[in-house]
Amino acid sequence: MTMTENRQNSVIGTRQLRREDPALLTGEAKFTNDLNLPGALHLSILRSPHAHAKIVSIDTAAAKASPGVVAVYTGAELQSQWAGPMPCAWPVTPDMKNPPHFPLAASKVCYVGDGVVAVLATSESASRDALDLIDVEYKVLKAVVDVEEALSDANIIHEDLGTNKSYTWNLKIEATEGCVEDAFQKAAFKVSERYVQQRLLPMAMEPRAVAAVPQPFGGDITLYSSTQIPHILKVMAALTLGIPEHQVRVVAPSVGGGFGSKLDVYAEELLCMALARKHSLPVRWVEERSENSMATIHGRGQVQYVELAADKSGKLTAVRVRIKADMGAYLQLVTPGVPILGAFLYAGVYDIPLAYDFSCDGIFTTLTPTDAYRGAGRPEATYAIESAMDALARAMKIDPLELRKRNFIQKEQFPYTAFSGLTYDSGDHLQAAEKAAGLADYAGIRAQQAKQNVPGAKKRLGIGMSSYFEMCGLAPSRVLASLNYGAGGWEAATVRVLPTCKVQVVTGTSPHGQGHETSWAMIASEKLGIPQEDIDVLHSDTAISPLGLDTYGSRSLPVGGVAIAGACDKVIDKARLIAAHQLECSADDLEFAGGVFSVKGSPDRAVPMAAIAFAAFTAHNLPDGLEPNLEAQYTYDPPNFSWPFGTHMCVLEVDTETGQIEILKYVAVDDCGVQINPLIVEGQVHGGVIQGLAQALFEEAVYDTDGNLKTTTLAEYLVPAASDVPSITTAHTVTPSPTNQLGVKGIGEAGTIGAASTVINAVVDALSGIGVTSMPMPASPQTVWRAIQSAAQAK
Amino acid sequence: MRHDEPRHDIRAQGESESYIMVHIKVSITVNGTQQEKDVEPRTLLVHFLRDQLQLTGTNIGCDTSSCGACTIHLDGEAVKSCTVLAAQADGGTVTTIEGLSKDGVMHPMQQAFMENHGLQCGYCTPGMVMASIGLLNENPNPTEEEVRLGLEGNLCRCTGYHNIVKSVLAAAKK
Ligand code: FES
Ligand code: FES
Repeated sequence: MTMTENRQNSVIGTRQLRREDPALLTGEAKFTNDLNLPGALHLSILRSPHAHAKIVSIDTAAAKASPGVVAVYTGAELQSQWAGPMPCAWPVTPDMKNPPHFPLAASKVCYVGDGVVAVLATSESASRDALDLIDVEYKVLKAVVDVEEALSDANIIHEDLGTNKSYTWNLKIEATEGCVEDAFQKAAFKVSERYVQQRLLPMAMEPRAVAAVPQPFGGDITLYSSTQIPHILKVMAALTLGIPEHQVRVVAPSVGGGFGSKLDVYAEELLCMALARKHSLPVRWVEERSENSMATIHGRGQVQYVELAADKSGKLTAVRVRIKADMGAYLQLVTPGVPILGAFLYAGVYDIPLAYDFSCDGIFTTLTPTDAYRGAGRPEATYAIESAMDALARAMKIDPLELRKRNFIQKEQFPYTAFSGLTYDSGDHLQAAEKAAGLADYAGIRAQQAKQNVPGAKKRLGIGMSSYFEMCGLAPSRVLASLNYGAGGWEAATVRVLPTCKVQVVTGTSPHGQGHETSWAMIASEKLGIPQEDIDVLHSDTAISPLGLDTYGSRSLPVGGVAIAGACDKVIDKARLIAAHQLECSADDLEFAGGVFSVKGSPDRAVPMAAIAFAAFTAHNLPDGLEPNLEAQYTYDPPNFSWPFGTHMCVLEVDTETGQIEILKYVAVDDCGVQINPLIVEGQVHGGVIQGLAQALFEEAVYDTDGNLKTTTLAEYLVPAASDVPSITTAHTVTPSPTNQLGVKGIGEAGTIGAASTVINAVVDALSGIGVTSMPMPASPQTVWRAIQSAAQAK
Repeated sequence: MRHDEPRHDIRAQGESESYIMVHIKVSITVNGTQQEKDVEPRTLLVHFLRDQLQLTGTNIGCDTSSCGACTIHLDGEAVKSCTVLAAQADGGTVTTIEGLSKDGVMHPMQQAFMENHGLQCGYCTPGMVMASIGLLNENPNPTEEEVRLGLEGNLCRCTGYHNIVKSVLAAAKK
């Protein structure tokens, strides 16, 4: 029996309150910067005020003499600390250009915020105060801010590379050679669109914080970091610092949000480790918000050219995509791979022939490096196809929902082998779209629009939608290998039944708000028939959970959760042998339910898990050859990505005089297969939707032409407040994934993937009657107003 | 917010002769306990709570008094503790997130956040809970819109606010 069947008395699918909450609600939880480390030195970093400059000289004498300062280091002085440059784990092409990147710049700075000098002092204020006393002479070079201009190579950032282009990555799938071009020649309708995915600041509410604690006699070192990836970080830090891996322990204490921004190996982590070893003292660092804006990775940053060809009924016949992706100044951990994660999704949820032509240039600029930010490539792709579908519907003068219905992959076609060769596990797009249309009152809104959106109307009504696929649950290791990714996609779990039948579940996932402790205990409880309150979940410390690949890409449940179920199966298999031994029957004659093994047909011959756990511990009377103790480790390498999907709809009004947008309703219908804990699923959708909506309406990392970031604080960068955003109507359909025993798919990024195009499509829908056919993000009142004005002038 | 004149008790405490740190003595009642401490004049209340009293439940999320993660109660009013000097709180009464639960039972607002999944990573949460209690003190029966406006100064990146608003409305009904 799989967990997707027969759910009576099951804990799966119930709204369990989170066990994480009391500690977080009472201040008991410890974030990295809450750790008390007596004697720790504080690191502060002097950062480049220039986007592009040569370092001519650095004078640190005054800083060294400043009260409380212990040491001051330039990049050149620390160069011998590094066994290698900072890692990029995703060389997407064999000839990808990757400039060496070290924790401090030695001779040249390449973005505002690039680290130049490290100061160690006995207090945070002393180390920060000393930064003002450092004198750096720069020879300023021309900033390279625009990703498309960068391609001209008029100003080359990394001279040794000879170009600003890091790579070109192609995915051209044609049934017959030239068929894409052919399809465009013959198309009854085609659209050709340009979209800009503005740079975003992830803005996790907890700024990054790091503390490295050395054990001088023996060489071990523990790194505490506000990270999503303690396991990957351990390997990478060991390699970069040249420390044997078994001497490095990484702990992620409570982590205050990540959204991809803490999925990286950062200069400050390496600096704290190197300097802690050098000084044989703990070294800690905490980011100021303005540093977070400049020196933590940015998201998005793409220019997209999207072309769709369709026959006269609107059926898509070919898709052509060109991407200019802004890498920023350097390649961080997975920077080059982010647009590639979207490369497979530019046909969205639609049934297209083998006629797909995708190409992406990864391009350096003198801006903060980009990397994975919630959705990573997939929100960008979804935005492009879903906005282009609306453009196609306008070109055809048909309803956008109708156009989508004509193109959806049909329910019966699943599992569906896509043009790319990837298999979409399960789906029912029509059902999700119809459910969303019902909840948003699609027909009613269209009727209301006909009345309201008359010429001269002050407030125009719009409805927009997005039907999305989230390719997530990174990922089958072999697929990752084919994409040149530097690691596998498995996840590990250990399930340990203690002598008194209490359980430890050890996971390689590393939660930072997703409630894994609650959900993983639910899975183990369901499998083992042991109450949730008897189950503890251990994570985020490489000494306790040595194997893991951490949390990103909506992978935790469909990979890590399934690994736990697999480890439970192994525990049950072993327990079954002990039960059979005790009941003097064959293991095959036993059935297991509710934590009790019983002989089939004679339920009174039974033994509970508690008795087996104790027997496994005493080992007085075990079957011959069976190891004592009841514990199993299991590593799950998924056979496929998981493919959550859904349709979002947004109803809004645009004030044509002020450009103000008022959202009247936001409906999210998401299908992530079987839901373990609907309370948590809804929370993920709410947060994801608002992050996507924020890209559509509020947020943008604004640079001036000299490469200065103009939005470094939360006063300038408009993370929405409660008063800026609506409540969300959530609903779901349930299409279990056939590829894992839980039937689950990921949900962490779905909201963000669906939301931006939903909102912008609604804005354009409201204004298309007065000539507005596109809307740049963020659609601030000024931007909307200007679009209305220029459409009026064009008439 | 209080602007009482702090008592000046100036002492030299030098690591070198040119490095004279001026300290002020403050007396602040925090979570029911009177705390007498020496602080630098520039010490913010949030740093006093976190660094000198080890009350690390109050978080710091920005340096422009924009995020509200540091919200506490000073003399019964919700304030951002990064906007107040410790010296300004001298003689005052402070409640932090650590001081809310009584006899191991969480405050109704904390319970409402738990019951309505009003938190994910929990970083904004202490400030959000303190601000929400302040909001209900002023307006015991708010509408959804009033809750949203009342929490304008507290940012959350995880929840999209939906369940925070729900939590506050539920607490109002308790
Ligand atoms: S720390 Fe952000 S408002 Fe106080
Ligand atoms: S719960 Fe993470 S910032 Fe609010």
